[in-house]
Amino acid sequence: MESTTKTKSPPVPPSSPDILLIGLNHETAPVALRECIALSETDAESGLETLRRDPDVQEAMLLSTCNRVEVLTVTRNRDRAAQYVKGLLAGIGRVDAALLEDALYVHVGDAAVRHVFRVASSLDSMMVGEPQILGQIKAAYRLATTKKTTGVILNRLLHRAFFVAKRVRTETGIGDHAVSISYAAIELAKKIFDTLEGKKVLLVGAGEMAEIAVEHLVRHRVGSLFVANRTFERGLHLAEKFKGQAIRFEEIDDLLTVVDIIISSTGAPEVVIAHDQVKGIIRARKNRPLFFIDIAVPRDIDPAINQLSNTYVYDIDDLKGIVEENKEDRLREAAKGERIVDEAVLGFRRWYESLEVVPTVVALRNKIEGILRAEIEKTLSGFNGISDSHREAFYRMANAMVNKILHDPTLYLKNISQHETKAMILDITRKLFKLNT
Amino acid sequence: MEHFIAAIIGFYLLSTACYLAYLFFQKDLLHRIGYLLLFFGFLCHCAMILWTFIQIGHMPVRNLFETLSLAAWAVSAVFLAIRYRFKLKVLGVFVAPLALALMLVASQLPRYAGESKGIFSSFWFVFHVICVFIGDAAFALACGAGTLYLLQERTIKRKARGFFFSRLPSLERLDATGYACIVVGFTFLTAGLIGGFIYAKAVWGRFWSWDPKEVWSAITWLVYAALLHERLAVGWRGRRAAILSIIGFAVLLFTFFGVNFFLKGHHGVFTRL
Repeated sequence: MESTTKTKSPPVPPSSPDILLIGLNHETAPVALRECIALSETDAESGLETLRRDPDVQEAMLLSTCNRVEVLTVTRNRDRAAQYVKGLLAGIGRVDAALLEDALYVHVGDAAVRHVFRVASSLDSMMVGEPQILGQIKAAYRLATTKKTTGVILNRLLHRAFFVAKRVRTETGIGDHAVSISYAAIELAKKIFDTLEGKKVLLVGAGEMAEIAVEHLVRHRVGSLFVANRTFERGLHLAEKFKGQAIRFEEIDDLLTVVDIIISSTGAPEVVIAHDQVKGIIRARKNRPLFFIDIAVPRDIDPAINQLSNTYVYDIDDLKGIVEENKEDRLREAAKGERIVDEAVLGFRRWYESLEVVPTVVALRNKIEGILRAEIEKTLSGFNGISDSHREAFYRMANAMVNKILHDPTLYLKNISQHETKAMILDITRKLFKLNT
Repeated sequence: MEHFIAAIIGFYLLSTACYLAYLFFQKDLLHRIGYLLLFFGFLCHCAMILWTFIQIGHMPVRNLFETLSLAAWAVSAVFLAIRYRFKLKVLGVFVAPLALALMLVASQLPRYAGESKGIFSSFWFVFHVICVFIGDAAFALACGAGTLYLLQERTIKRKARGFFFSRLPSLERLDATGYACIVVGFTFLTAGLIGGFIYAKAVWGRFWSWDPKEVWSAITWLVYAALLHERLAVGWRGRRAAILSIIGFAVLLFTFFGVNFFLKGHHGVFTRL
C-alpha cells in the first residue's frame, strides 16, 4: 500500500485493489464550495448508482455532512477511478473542475484507512470530539449497503472504523467537558445542584442563546420554567414552546425567592437584577443556592451578586473561558486518540495483506501440515521400536496427503479472476480454517 | 494483639493509597477497592476490640493507645455507613488517611494499662463511650465534608477550575452529607452525654460535677445545637454551615484531648500514656 499521492503514475492496472479516498472538508474548502458539493440523500443515492456502473470502481461509499464530502472507493485502477470520482463531484456541484481540484484531498491505501478512522473518531472534525460524525458515517454506510456498493473491504474497513471510534471515545477524554456555552452552563449547574431535576428556572429575556440553554435544561428534566420578557407576547410564545409560564417583568422580584437558576439574555443597557435585590431575599430563600447565568452583553446581572453567600454568577466571558479550557483539554486527549488510530491502521493493513492469495495458501498449508505432523508424532509415540525408515515413510505419506488435499483449493484460489469474489473467498478461507488474521 | 494492629494498619494504608490514587486518576475501580480494604480493616478492628473486651471484661479505653484505636474504629464505622447511604466517594480521601493516622500514632504508644477500676464494666459506661465516640466520628466526617465544601465553593466562586473542580462532587451533595453527619453526630453525642450523666449519678451520686470535661462537652454540644437550630430555623446552609462544622470539630478536639492534657479532670485516665 502507498501513502497520499497526487502524482500521476503510468496507467498500469495494479494487481491488488487500492482503497482510494477523495474528498474535501472545512479545512480545504471554503463554505461557498462545500455548500455546492454537499449531497442530499437523493444525490447520494444517484451518486452511488453512478459509481456502481463504473467498471474501475469495485466498492464505494459516499459521506456528506455540512463540513465534509468524501467518496471512499476500492479500485484496481486508481487514476481512472480518481478522475471518475472528481468528475462526479464536479457534476453534482456544477462547479469548475479546476477550482474543485485545489480543494480536494486524495488518500490512497494506509493514508485512506487512517483518514476514515480519524474522521469516524471525530479527530478530523472542526470541533474535535463532537459525537455527531459517527452517526453520519453510520448512515452513509447504511445507504451504501442498501445500494449494495460495499464489499468485503469496505465492510471490514467501516466496522473497524466504528470500533476505533468507540475505543477513542471510551479510552480518551475527547468527548468530555462541554465545548458550547450553554452546555458549559449546565455542567456548572450540576456542580452546584447535583441534579437539575425539579429545579425551577427563570428566563429573563427570550433571546436565541437562552432558548438553546433551556433546551438543554429541559433535557435534564428541570421543574417549572418561567419566562419574563419586556414584550409579554414574545415571552408567552417561548413559554408555550417549553410548557412554561410567562410572567411580567415586574414580577421578577417575587420569583427570585422561588427559582434556583436564572438565565438572563436581555438587550437592556443597564443591569436587570441588582445586588440589593438579591441580598434582600437570601434569608427568605433560606440560603438555598441561586445560580445566575448571564449571557447578555452588556451584562444583565450585577457581578457583585457573586459575592453574596450561596449565590453564583457566571457571565458570558466566564463561560467562554471554560469552553476554551475544555477545548484545549480535548486537543490534548486527541493526541491519545491518534495513537489508537495508528494501532488500528496497522491492524487493518495486516488483514488487508492477508487477502493476498500466496500468504493464504501458505498459511493453509502450514496449518494442515502442522496438524498431520502432530498426529503422527502422537500415534508413533505409542509404538515401541519404530525404525527411522518407518518414521520417514509416515512423513512422506503426510506430505503427499497435504499436497493432494490442497491441490484443488490452491488452484481454485489462484484462478479467481474477479477481484470482488477473490477477496471474499480469501476472507472466508481464512475464517473457515481460522488462519491468523 | 500486635498482629491485629499490623493487619489493621496494613488495610488502612492500602485503602488510603487506593483513595489517593482515585483522587488523581478518577477510576471507579480504585474507590471500590479502597472501600473494600477499609471494610476489611474495620472487621479486623472490630475483632481486636472485641477480643480485648472479652479479655479484660470491659471497654478497652484504659490508656491513650486504646482510646485512639477506638476513635479510628468509630471513624471507619461511621464512614462505611455514611458512604453507603450518600455515595460520597471522595470523602474516603479524608477518612482513610485519618483512620490510618490515628492507628499509626496509637501503635507508637505504650500498651501498658494500669489497674482498671470495676466501675468500667457498667452498661451505662459502655453505652456512654460507644455513643460519644460514634458521635465524635460523625462530627469528624462533617468537618471533612465541610472542608471539601469550602474547597469546591472557592473554585466555583473564583471561576478558576483547577484540580478539584471535576474531582469533587456538587455543593448540594457535600452540604447534604455534612448535614446528615451533624444530625447523626448530634444524636449520638446527646445520647452519649445522657448515658454519662446516668453513669455519673450511679458512681459519684450526682449528674453534674462541673468537671472541665463536662463543661467542655456541654460547650461542644451547644455549638452543634446552635448549628442545627440555625439550619432548621433560618436555613444556615452552605458556606456558613461548613465553617461552623469545622469550628465545632476544633472545639470537639479540644474537649477530647485538650481538656485531658491541659485541664485534667475525671477523664484523665483514658488518655494516660
